Amino acid sequence: MTELLARLPETTAAHLGLSLAALTLGVAVAVPLGVMAARQPRLAGPLVGVASVLQTIPGLALLAFMVPVLAALGLTSIGVLPALLGLFLYSLLPVLRNTITGLAGVDPAVREAALGVGMTPRESLVQAELPLALPVILAGIRISATWTVGTATLATPVGAPSLGSYIFGGLQTRNYAAVLVGCAASAVLALMIDGLLRALALGLERRRRRVTTASLAGLLGLGAIGASPAVCTLGTRDEAPIVIGAKTFSESQILAQVLAGRITEQTGDAVRTVDSLGSTVVFDALEHGQIDAYVDYSGTLWTTVLGRGEPRPGRTELLDEVGRALAEERGVHVVAALGFENTWVLAMPRAQAERLSVRRLGDLAPHAPRLRMGGDYEIFQRAEWAALVTAYDLRFAEQRTLDPSLMYEAVRSGQVDLVAGLSTDGRLAALDLVVLEDDRAVMPPYDAVILASERLRRERPDVIAAMRRLAGTIDDATMRELNRRVTEAGESPAAAAAWFLGRPLPP
Amino acid sequence: MIRLIDVTRRFGDRLAVDRVSLDVAEGESLVLIGGSGSGKTTTCKMINRLVEPSAGRVLVDGQDVAHQSGPRLRRRIGYVFQRLGLFPHMTVAENIGVTPRLLGWDADRVRVRVRELLELVELDADAVAERRPDSLSGGQAQRVAVARALAAAPPVLLMDEPFGALDPLTRERLQGSFERIRRELRLTVVFVTHDMIEAMRLGDRIAVMSDGRLVQVGTARQLYEAPVDATVRELFAAPRRQARLIESRLERGAP
Repeated sequence: MTELLARLPETTAAHLGLSLAALTLGVAVAVPLGVMAARQPRLAGPLVGVASVLQTIPGLALLAFMVPVLAALGLTSIGVLPALLGLFLYSLLPVLRNTITGLAGVDPAVREAALGVGMTPRESLVQAELPLALPVILAGIRISATWTVGTATLATPVGAPSLGSYIFGGLQTRNYAAVLVGCAASAVLALMIDGLLRALALGLERRRRRVTTASLAGLLGLGAIGASPAVCTLGTRDEAPIVIGAKTFSESQILAQVLAGRITEQTGDAVRTVDSLGSTVVFDALEHGQIDAYVDYSGTLWTTVLGRGEPRPGRTELLDEVGRALAEERGVHVVAALGFENTWVLAMPRAQAERLSVRRLGDLAPHAPRLRMGGDYEIFQRAEWAALVTAYDLRFAEQRTLDPSLMYEAVRSGQVDLVAGLSTDGRLAALDLVVLEDDRAVMPPYDAVILASERLRRERPDVIAAMRRLAGTIDDATMRELNRRVTEAGESPAAAAAWFLGRPLPP
Repeated sequence: MIRLIDVTRRFGDRLAVDRVSLDVAEGESLVLIGGSGSGKTTTCKMINRLVEPSAGRVLVDGQDVAHQSGPRLRRRIGYVFQRLGLFPHMTVAENIGVTPRLLGWDADRVRVRVRELLELVELDADAVAERRPDSLSGGQAQRVAVARALAAAPPVLLMDEPFGALDPLTRERLQGSFERIRRELRLTVVFVTHDMIEAMRLGDRIAVMSDGRLVQVGTARQLYEAPVDATVRELFAAPRRQARLIESRLERGAP
């Protein structure tokens, strides 16, 4: 927790910078658009329509969608840019709508008088209409600011540092204090920006120059704080040329720390890790050279990335085929298999399994219609799930998608009857859940493999060699222990990795 | 000074103003009178291009206004609106100084001019200059609107029922003030009203409008002695009937 809190100022500053940058862009675009729409009412409908549609897209989806869009345009597709772009689009609607409403609300007599005293349409806008619409426009900016600061917590899965890393990381590691810190810090930021904007509105409306100046100075001060991490990052970029990615769950984050630790140890290079990337975001990032390496699973690569299905070769053949296809089709390289397999498993509390005498998936079909199934964000969307329910003829009473940590809490407290989890999850053993045997071998093998970018393979054979030395060093038991240390014992992924790296390498 | 030649304005299918021709001499006050929808306000607004004519020409100072930039034209023509249109976010002083500022006057010159004008319209500069329009009484606001229209010393002033919304006593006082200002500054004025007493008091000549057409133009005496139709005759008859009503009631000893 102390190590988390030590990074709070930096993370908060980055969050602030991202939110304010998106908001500033949003205001800079939405106000002129609003003015245009107010002048030409035919534009207003379509403009507000587009902004409303953007607004209805869930924040996480909008931000994640920016990744493939930017990648297709050949731009940096993970990190601050997709987050900035997504948040910017998200911030448009309230400002646009309030600009149009505010200008429409100006008394026509005032507008006519502005022309009557000899103002040009532009002078009328700047000297009469905008000042009169300002309170309404500022109200829109305040709504937008609150939304943007809140939604910026979703920047973490696309690779931008934000207070969301406390929330996502905290949920993964059952560290609810961290979740609370992330939420509280983001709420404080939102309240501060809102308060300053309200003071600004008041100062402008009542012509209190001191209030206006003070609130503007406050906003600029927040902007300067927000800009500081960006400036620092620019300065240090070259010192960390190797970037390791991780998905949103703790195993992926532990393995990223293991890779980073091993690389630093062997080459002396500084390595940066980017945590909590979305499952497909992380592969896209590797493919486009935004990150250099991360750990994925052969079965996932087979079905989700390569889109292959049946017939499926055996474990070793599948691994070879994935390595060949990724290198040829996607320019991504399998460096090594770590030695353990992390497959999707269905598990239920021991007492219930015994009562129903269910040991294998083949026994489950007659009971399924009375059972409530819990799964993480991914499983029900995956091709493997479709294959599984077809092969075993499973029709559950209910399928609930839950955050992994909440999912285990749900099965512990009896709110779901069984869960789809990962075989290396330390919580399976901790909660005494029985893993149901995949007796027809429907699930593909899920060997954990290190993937590396084309750039790394070409330019840094020493780094590749350092990672290759991890081949076969982590077996199922070791991985479960590493996971347990994080999800059960509350260690940070970095601490767990350090414990592992401190162990001697096999000869 | 102002010449309208066969000026016509259509709004959709409706003819708001139908081939109106008028001359207003320099220093003259012409009152446009008529019922609502008679086209008097539209005629007035075509003089400074707040409304563009559908046909016909408008000359101000010998120049066709169609060939001049609207904003520049309007800075040389004062305008007092029926609904005032004082800028609610500006102080009284800022409202009055708006046209001089648009013309690029420096701040000191604007400040001096604003005090001059407040004096001209009989307002206490120290008391009202820094106030917002919404804190003024109806009569005060109207005086500020006149001051704003006169700020850049325009030779021509257009007034669209400026005193219509005031109580009768305030209206009379303002009419008196305005009559004095107009003579002092030798203004050329076009004044729109539906009140015949106001027309007689403020107009050198009166132009009667009905259904977008100009019915008759002349001095009050000419209109009275040779009205061309019942509309014109009725303009004189109505106020006299009202006056007689008051007298007869009082003579009969009404309570």
